[in-house]
Amino acid sequence: MLWLTMDAKQALADLTEISSQIEAAVVFDEKGEVAGSTLAEPARADAFAAAAGQLLAVAEGVERGESALTKLEVATGDGSVFVVRDGNTSIAATTGGNPTVGLVFYDLKSALRSVKATAKPAPAKKPAAARKTTTSSAKKKTAARKPSPRKKPDAS
Amino acid sequence: MRRSVAAALGVVGGMLAGAAFIRRQSVKRERADLYFEDGSMLSLTNGAPGADRLLPLAREIIRGARGT
Repeated sequence: MLWLTMDAKQALADLTEISSQIEAAVVFDEKGEVAGSTLAEPARADAFAAAAGQLLAVAEGVERGESALTKLEVATGDGSVFVVRDGNTSIAATTGGNPTVGLVFYDLKSALRSVKATAKPAPAKKPAAARKTTTSSAKKKTAARKPSPRKKPDAS
Repeated sequence: MRRSVAAALGVVGGMLAGAAFIRRQSVKRERADLYFEDGSMLSLTNGAPGADRLLPLAREIIRGARGT
């Protein structure tokens, strides 16, 4: 959980740097445990995550279709609240009034994806081994190609 | 004299109409948009059955995040 917390903090730092519309954001899991937040006080981050989880739960109760709820935006006169969920991990953010909805969703999805990508442990060794074989085979191919241009001058 | 009174009434009426329009716009802006995995979207405007629970929660989140 510590490495996830660190990754979430980095993702949120990148998010607030990229998007000037986002005022506050928090990454949390389905149990409401906070992985990272832009808020300085942990108590406020916990309250933010709990309320965002409640928002998701209420929204799921509103429409019980076959398809799962993936994201929501609640726009009020004071500002908007965005929540994006991917599996067990969710990200919630607040913005001012009249935000660029598509852009905020895109930034939140990117941040959540970066948290989840780094959360997956190291099955990166296999592709690296595969790359080595491909590079060696590529070398072989280039080595095999080299004699052919030499033959041409001999033939002519 | 009558002209100036009519002009003043016109200005006041215009200001009231403008204020009402802005207020209506800001009330209309309050909504909850829910997006589902299959690509469908449900928009709940202020006064809809689900929105009456989502909007107060969202206001609470915004207040809490701003520390007000």
